[in-house]
Amino acid sequence: MQNLALPPQLVNAVARLPAAPPSLAFSLAANRLLWPALKTLDWRPLAGRRYAIRIKDLGLSLRFTVTARGFAPDSGAPELTISATARDFLLLLGRREDPDTLFFSRRLVSEGDTELGLTVKNLLDALDPEVVLHRLPAPLAHLARRLMAA
Amino acid sequence: MSLDLICPAGSLVSLKAAIDNGADAVYMGFRDNTNARAFPGLNFDAAQAAEGLRYAHERGRKVLLALNTYPQSDTWTRWTGAVDQAAKLGMDAVILADPGLMRYAVRHYPNLRLHLSVQGSATSYEAVNFYREHFGIQRAVLPRVLSLPQVENVVKHTGVEIELFGFGGLCVMVEGRCLLSSYCTGESPNSAGVCSPAKAVQWKDTPAGLESRLNGVLLDRYGKDEKAGYPTLCKGRFDVGGETYYAIEEPTSLNTLDLLPEMLKIGIAAIKIEGRQRSPAYVAQVTKVWRAAIDAVKKDAAGFKPAPAWQAELNKLSEGQSHTLGAYHRPWK
Repeated sequence: MQNLALPPQLVNAVARLPAAPPSLAFSLAANRLLWPALKTLDWRPLAGRRYAIRIKDLGLSLRFTVTARGFAPDSGAPELTISATARDFLLLLGRREDPDTLFFSRRLVSEGDTELGLTVKNLLDALDPEVVLHRLPAPLAHLARRLMAA
Repeated sequence: MSLDLICPAGSLVSLKAAIDNGADAVYMGFRDNTNARAFPGLNFDAAQAAEGLRYAHERGRKVLLALNTYPQSDTWTRWTGAVDQAAKLGMDAVILADPGLMRYAVRHYPNLRLHLSVQGSATSYEAVNFYREHFGIQRAVLPRVLSLPQVENVVKHTGVEIELFGFGGLCVMVEGRCLLSSYCTGESPNSAGVCSPAKAVQWKDTPAGLESRLNGVLLDRYGKDEKAGYPTLCKGRFDVGGETYYAIEEPTSLNTLDLLPEMLKIGIAAIKIEGRQRSPAYVAQVTKVWRAAIDAVKKDAAGFKPAPAWQAELNKLSEGQSHTLGAYHRPWK
């Protein structure tokens, strides 16, 4: 997983950005690339709640909410904040690590509404990776397969 | 039947991960408090359960349904409805703790196979045989309180298959009788289906460390590099007589790989892996290790030695600082 290390120049550049543009960029990118795969899930218990994903090593905080049409940036105080490094988020996305494992070893931190956090975790766990890969744009699916098999 | 590998499934993806990595059977629960892992978003609705059964049966594996909480009088029909559903779906067995529910199952579905849940707290062969005589149970999951010689004594005196926990989070060892969390939340694990209802759990990073609270009660405060555990009252650190320590139980994980040759010799029918609340990644990793270990011990019990790589993989997945052989290997009786 050495190749997942991020160049320090990129880290420095990203860390200097204000919070709003990354949250907007995240929502736009997620809607375009991921929403077709994610929209089949039952988002009702999660819609309208405020989330933050904190990528610690990038100094990046992505704040968003979920609506019936996808992700939208949100500047309110998050109800649930999940923090980890970029590498650990990638390991989770690739189903290479179990979130509880990362949580026990303090690499993943969840703050705020615990019930909401568990609901998110279980919703994503129940997502069939083959269905997601099938609906991802081809280059991204290729990347994801490499990540899952690495 | 000997040393069947029984793996946890909190979702269809986990079920497939267990089957694909060599589980002989998986156990699951429905999406309500009729089972002891009633977490939001976890478990199976009827359609998912049917799909899971199809996937397992096509590959010659089995699916067991955990219905192991205790019904209350005003919600009795939720539990009997779950038994009806299990029979209709064609579950290979239901895992029950409540004798009333066992009687219901026997009367309505005499062909439905019954397993006695660990929550039933049967620790002697007399208790196991009682359930056999009255309800025809075919397997009992023993609580994690007996030493291996005590387990052997149970096996020798019953025709009921015996299933033991092999790996995963440890309980405070009064399974089926624990009321600890209801002290904080008003919800007992035996009727509400979870030790710590998520809505009552709070995590907070403070200057003094990461704090976990259950309904406001401080359970633990982890130092910077300390491994965290599940936020259950039994695994908290408390001030007792001026000293702060794990006053009830340390958050360690059970890992019995070392004991496999003895378990095989005693005639243990099945090994259960804890963790329906865990992710598909955990299920895949732990199932793979245990499949390899059980195959190895069956091939050559005398020469069996757990591979260091297996132990390393399992340690990584563990709650708490270390793993333990639990009561199976305790020197005291």
